[in-house]
This record gives sequence, structure tokens and C-alpha cells, in this order.
Amino acid sequence: MTPMNNIISVDGLSKKYRIRHNAQRYKSLREEMAAAAANILKRSFNRNSRVPTETTEDFWALKDVNFTVERGDRLGIIGRNGAGKSTLLKILSRITEPTEGRIEIRGRVSSLLEVGTGFHPELTGRENIYLNGAILGMRANEVRQKFDQIVEFAEVERFLDTPVKRYSSGMYVRLAFAVAAHLEPDVLIIDEVLAVGDAAFQKRCLSKMDDSSKEGRTIIFVSHSMSAVERLCNRIIYLESGHVCVDSPKVQEGIRAYMLGTHVELSTSWEPNGIAHIFEWFTPTLLRLVDGNNNLICGAVTYEDEVWCVIEADITTIDYALTMGIALFDEEGRCLFWSYHTDLTEKEWPVLKVGKNLMKVRLPLDILNGGVFRVELIGGLHFRQWFFQPGVNAPSVYLTLSDLVSKSPYWMTKRPCIMAPKLKWLVE
Amino acid sequence: MTQTIVVLEPGRIDKHYWRDVFQFRDLFWVLARRDVSVRYKQTVIGILWAVLRPLLTMIVFTLIFGKIAKLPSAGVPYSLLVFTGMIPWFFFSSSVTESSSSLVTNANLLSKVYFPRILVPLSSILVAAMDFAIGMVLLVIMLLYFGYTPTWRLLSIPLFLAVAFSAAGGIGLLFSALNVRYRDFQFIVPFIVQFGLYLSPVGFSSSVVPEKWRLVYALNPMVGVIDGFRWAVLGGAFLIKWDILLISVLISVILLGLGIWSFRRFERGIADVI
Repeated sequence: MTPMNNIISVDGLSKKYRIRHNAQRYKSLREEMAAAAANILKRSFNRNSRVPTETTEDFWALKDVNFTVERGDRLGIIGRNGAGKSTLLKILSRITEPTEGRIEIRGRVSSLLEVGTGFHPELTGRENIYLNGAILGMRANEVRQKFDQIVEFAEVERFLDTPVKRYSSGMYVRLAFAVAAHLEPDVLIIDEVLAVGDAAFQKRCLSKMDDSSKEGRTIIFVSHSMSAVERLCNRIIYLESGHVCVDSPKVQEGIRAYMLGTHVELSTSWEPNGIAHIFEWFTPTLLRLVDGNNNLICGAVTYEDEVWCVIEADITTIDYALTMGIALFDEEGRCLFWSYHTDLTEKEWPVLKVGKNLMKVRLPLDILNGGVFRVELIGGLHFRQWFFQPGVNAPSVYLTLSDLVSKSPYWMTKRPCIMAPKLKWLVE
Repeated sequence: MTQTIVVLEPGRIDKHYWRDVFQFRDLFWVLARRDVSVRYKQTVIGILWAVLRPLLTMIVFTLIFGKIAKLPSAGVPYSLLVFTGMIPWFFFSSSVTESSSSLVTNANLLSKVYFPRILVPLSSILVAAMDFAIGMVLLVIMLLYFGYTPTWRLLSIPLFLAVAFSAAGGIGLLFSALNVRYRDFQFIVPFIVQFGLYLSPVGFSSSVVPEKWRLVYALNPMVGVIDGFRWAVLGGAFLIKWDILLISVLISVILLGLGIWSFRRFERGIADVI
């Protein structure tokens, strides 16, 4: 049997999703019948039809995941988009069932919901506290007992009888957090919600979480913000494509492993695989980081090196609304800048042509701090549609910049700043 | 310290399902209260709708079936005959409509939090029960106006209400699940409900149905409910027929069982589809 200290034990957990290509999630009977008929027609008329027919594919969002969580742990779960973090949380909070494996949870689990999920905009703050409490599994008199504390924590006394649709987004989050935090669950699951709300409130949330973990509550925290994970957690799990990659009490090491992406991802070159990146206006075929002599960058560079981002793309249809460029993210997932090929006056835009295009842009290494950076290829039709949205589906490559960002004898170590521009000082 | 141990593994939800339903019983009331108060907050004349809708329908039906078609009413004022049919019917029809769409309207909740999903369609029936209560108040006023005195038979109303609840709940559960997968059902449900209004003895007494078809007619569970309701309220000429009532009860229990069974089968994958 599992020892009593383990509040959660996860054993051989796997979750399979069936992906339907070329299919909508909501079907109507009519569509299903029409699609079946169309398929038969297509097959009999044109065997090599390029119109894709529906296929299904099994996708393992989690594969053989094992870990245990001890009472009072503050576990941070990190990983890239699609690594399985949300699926794991969904299973832990019982929204969906595992396909294989077994989880034992000793006690009550509650998750801090995405802003406004448990709220109804027409109801007042008071009514919503009861609603949200009940959704999270609180008994009505339990909410009644905690009511004053919740209101006080959320700082919404004056607006208790105002419909929450008139609340600011900050008040919304405060209320949501207050309800979940006062539920006194044995396990509190927090999924990237603290990004909203002002700094003072965030601080209060973190200290509240600290308090509750001292009282023996367990916290599972999922975030892309490495600084929040570092501040809050005393244990870390780094998920990588459905597997546990790092499971360690050394939080910083976990973060480092994630940032360095010890696996495939830390590549300075990207090539498309699959059909996800095909657009007639712009289909990238290559994204890579090269030096002044067009050689692929290998390993870390310094701020004095010359690094170019090269984009190779096919264009079948010219659209003047096309804007493509790059976005640069730091280790903590903060976006440092976007740059589009249309950023200057129209005369200075590079002229794109039908067929293969090769574009390049030099990265401003001298203003960056040391660390690992993600360069994303972003683009779309201006104000109409994203092809590659920053942080969502953009192809990316990684650049490692040395911590030695200056030649000054006084600037030998990395400063705790986002940027490291070397400015020239004058005396008048 | 009592400690609940939750075990999650494939197919496990089934094992403590009803225990969970019990644990989340407060949510049932809170969701219902939310639906009721939201409904009256968003409309201009609010609660008046619950009064106007049956009253206006009653006037139209009395004119069409009573005055124009001149159907028999066994000596009871025709408007009263219509109204006693309409109260249980409206309870049934709005229960089916509300619960059928309930999963879709609560989609964001279902994909974010765990609770026994069956609470959602069931609690939406309470909104219809609220209208039912208002209708009962109107009915009492009408009875006093027409000089009827209530009898002990009124005590049997909860029984008929329970039959209507279980029929509506069964159909609602089935449709709410289907509605998530096939959005066609949001068009099919109003159609069925409208059809059912004319198939049920709402605007007329079930005595106009030829004797040999009565038992077939009773396959519509609302026939037994409405007949029983009229017997309970008006008495006199409206006799209760045990065979008809029995069929209605049986059908509604079967519907509820079917509804729960299909809902449970579907429920597991709900968050992945919605």
C-alpha cells in the first residue's frame, strides 16, 4: 500500500485521444450523412483525389506517467505547449478519465478555475460566491462560514450586490481565487491563472498559497512563468511529449533542463513536417539561424557574433496584406519583441515573389541579456488572420547567448534584467 | 480525520457515481437557483411571463377548441378544462426544452470542473417547477372564481407531478446528451414539444378520443398525468382510469431509466467532445 504521506500517487497513467483529421468537433446528422455520400462519390470518380478524407489517428497525450505527491508539497509542472500538462490536470481534477493506469488521491481536490468559468455574469458577487463554491464541491453552510473571509480577501465588499458583469477583470480574478483558496481542499490545482490581477494581489495569492502549504495543503501549479514556479514550488515535474522528463525537488535544475530542452527542441534549424504550415500566401520550408558566412549556428554565441535568422518560404498567391516576421521570447516565455518585414516605410519592404523566397534578418544580439531565446516565425494577413501566431503555433528555433554580455571589467555577471543594452554615457 | 480516497482509473467513475451525486447535492439547488434568478433578471417584466404565457394560451385554446370546435367539457367551464391540462403540460414541455439544451449552455463549466454531470439537466427542471408553482397559484384563483372547493384529491397532485418529472427527466437526459454530439437536436426538440402539445389532451378532454384507441393514446405518458390532474382538481366527470394511469407511469419510468442509462454511457467522454 502507499504510505500515508503520499496524497497523490500516479501509477502508469496514460491518456489516449483519437484525433479526427479534417473533422469538426460538433457534427450534425445531416453533415455526417452528406460526408458519407460525398466520400463514396469522390472515390468512384477520382481515385487520386487530393481532397483529404477523414482519417483518425491515436494520439497519446500522456504515456506511462508515474509520480507521487506528498502532503504539503508545492509541485510545479512545466513543459511546452502540448506536453500533456493540461491533460494531466484534467485527469487529476476528474474532468476526463485516464485510458490506462491508476491514480489514488487521498482527500479533496479543487481547481482554481479559469477566470469566470464558474461565474454567471448576470448574478451578483454574493450569488456567485455561492455558485462557485458549490461548483467546486463546497457545501452551502461551508460557504456561509467562509463568506466573510472570502469577501475580505477578494476586496469586493462594496460590490457584493453588483452583477459581476460590471466587475473589472482584476476583481473577477480576486473573487475566483478567494473562493478556491478558502475551500480548504487537500489539493489545490492552479493552472496559469495568476497572470491576471495586479502585482500586489499576485503577491498576496502567492503568500496565501505559502500559508496553505504550511498548513499541510498540497498545491499543484502549472505555469509558463518560470519565475512564479521558482518562487512558489519546492518540487518540479517537467513534462515532455507525454513523459515525465524531470521529477526533482531541485526546482532550478528542472527549470534549467526545461530551458535547455535537453532533447530535440533546442535546435537552431526548423523544417516543416506535416501539413500544419501550408498556406497559399506563405508556406515556410526552412527556418534557421546562421552566422555571417551562412553556416548554421552551433552552440552558444556571444553578443558580438553576427547571427541572422533565415526564412525560406513558398508563395503561390501574392497578398499585399502579408506580414511575416519573427518574435523573440526569453527563457521565461516573455515576448521581447516582434519584427515584421513591413515594419519600415513601404519603399523599404522586401519585394516578395511567387515561388521560392529567401529572406533574412539580423538579430540585435547586443541589446539582449544572456540566456536561451526562442525565435518564432510569425506571420499572417494583416488584420485578417494569423498563419503562425506567436506562442501558439509558430515554428521556432533556439538561440543560446553567453552570459558575458559586455567587455566591461565591472559587468562580468548576468544582471537580473530582461535586456542588456550597452549604452554610451557622455559628460556635458 | 476521515479521509476520502478517490481512485481514478478507466471506468472508475461508475463505482462511486451516486455517492458523488449525493455529495454535490447543494450544487443541484444552486444551479437551479442560478437559472431561475438569471431568467427573471434578464427579462423586462420578469416573473409576469410565467403568468402571461399560460393565461394567453388558455384564452386561445378556449376559443379554438371550446367555442369554434365546440368540443365537450363535461360541464366544466372550458377555460378551466384547458388550464388544468396546460399546467402539467407546460411543466413537462419546458422541462424537456430546458434540460435538453442545458449541457450545451453550461459547456464551459463542464470542460473545466468535475461534478456529476447529471445534475445539470436535472436541476434545469427545477426552473420549470417554479413556473408550475406560479401556475398552481393562478389555478387556485380560477377555482375560487368559478366557485369550486378543493377536495382531498388535490393531495394526489405531487404523484402526477412525479410522473411528469420522470418522463420529462428521461427525455431531457437523452436529448441533452445527444445535443452535445449532434447539434441538430436543438431544432428537433422544439418541434417534438410543439407536436406533443397537440398529441396530449391539453386543449380538450381525453374523452374525445375513441374508446378503442384509449390505451394506445395512453402510451403518451402525459395523457395519464393530465387526466389525473383533472381528476384531482375538477373531480366530477373526470374519472381516473387505472389502466391508463398505469401505462403512463410505466412509460415514464422506462423513459427515466433509458435517459439515465444513455446519459451515463455518454457522460464519460463529455469533456472531450463538448
